[in-house]
Amino acid sequence: MVLAATGVPKFARGVRLRHDEARGQWVLLAPERVLHPDPVAVEILKRVDGERDIAAIVDDLASAFAVDRARIETDVDAFLGGLSEKGLVEVAS
Amino acid sequence: MNVHADTQALAGTRPPVPAPYGMLAELTHRCPLQCPYCSNPVELDRRNVELDTESWLRVFSEAARLGVLQVHLSGGEPTSRRDLEEMIRHCVEVGLYTNLITAGVGVTPERLQAISDAGVDHVQLSFQGADSPVTERVSGYKGAFERKLSFAAEVRRLGLPLTINAVVHRANIHQIPDFIQLAQDLGARRVEIAHAQYYGWALRNRAALMPTREQVFKALDVVEEARARLKGKLTIDAVVPDYYAKYPKPCMNGWGRQSLNVTPSGKVLPCHAAETIPNLDFWNVREHSLSEIWQDSPAFNAFRGTDWMPELCKGCERKEIDWGGCRCQAMAIAGDAAATDPACHKSPLHRHLLELAEIDAAAGVEDYDYRRFLNPDRAS
Repeated sequence: MVLAATGVPKFARGVRLRHDEARGQWVLLAPERVLHPDPVAVEILKRVDGERDIAAIVDDLASAFAVDRARIETDVDAFLGGLSEKGLVEVAS
Repeated sequence: MNVHADTQALAGTRPPVPAPYGMLAELTHRCPLQCPYCSNPVELDRRNVELDTESWLRVFSEAARLGVLQVHLSGGEPTSRRDLEEMIRHCVEVGLYTNLITAGVGVTPERLQAISDAGVDHVQLSFQGADSPVTERVSGYKGAFERKLSFAAEVRRLGLPLTINAVVHRANIHQIPDFIQLAQDLGARRVEIAHAQYYGWALRNRAALMPTREQVFKALDVVEEARARLKGKLTIDAVVPDYYAKYPKPCMNGWGRQSLNVTPSGKVLPCHAAETIPNLDFWNVREHSLSEIWQDSPAFNAFRGTDWMPELCKGCERKEIDWGGCRCQAMAIAGDAAATDPACHKSPLHRHLLELAEIDAAAGVEDYDYRRFLNPDRAS
């Protein structure tokens, strides 16, 4: 695990998740970048609200999609850990 | 009923064009700086022909509906518009991501706070030099460097993401390592090292701006080394120096493919230099919706896709990588906007382009023809 289970992720200033109506897809907007997250990533990103901690996000995904919690935990950690390294997501402890 | 679709097929109507992602909004051509490579046209729009607030707000709404995701609020100097905050608030409301492209002089902390409160997403700040003397000489503005440093500090104090943009040419190409260090010192996460592109003002000043081949290749090495060293800490984007290149730049990633540009007076262009091509019919947001202009205006369809290409480009395996290079450069050098970009090594004019660069680089011209409003008597 890179991120603490009690860490609370939020989008850095200048990073926004929105639905792109014209193309029917979710996009993550960042300085000079438009990222196209895959469906799994979108489900994780939708739960990044600056309030829920990592554990709560993992719990929510596990119950919503009936997938093994440990596997989700690994995915969330890798994905949000990567965005955190790029400065797109900030994780408050 | 498919009658309508069938009729269209019979008439050979083209399918809808995919929506653009980005829009450059040149809110004004007024600017306190006078950079000799300015990307604005040589014939600048005066204040009295600028779109009013209401028109810009409508354009932003239309852009969002069309599918634009990011708006680059530029100029001239966009903070010269007193209604900038109102425009930013509107962009946020309609879901547009806003990027402020500024020279950062003459913007008080209070003004920047208001711009931040309005919801701007990202600030891109230009530096004409990595120190005070070069910045002053290139921008023609005394004290510009110190003002930019204060501005950058305020941007970061407000927690806004910052990009440093440096246009490089003969007078500052040796400062690339300093620009990169400056970006780090100022807390930027991104730096653009943009080699001057020779249209409009820069074409006028080419003999005073063009670096030598050795300088250009050294600059490319410096950027590559810094990219590897600073991976994960600082993103370094580069705009390539194409006079010495083998392949042309994929200008705008293809004409009318991903982005559009609205001038201060409301003309909509496929790129900011497009007006250097004579006889193109640019439509204006005062008369047409942005969607109509994107889909149907003659200027946008003139060089869209690959049908317009000369045989040399049509038969090339890179035709959908380079998109034929740059139409404005073909116009400037070949005298024909539909020619192969002379930056391409396959162009019959490639050798000629290289010679132009070498002659200018060795010319020893020092004086700039600074950007300014020409023909002041026309103002009214």
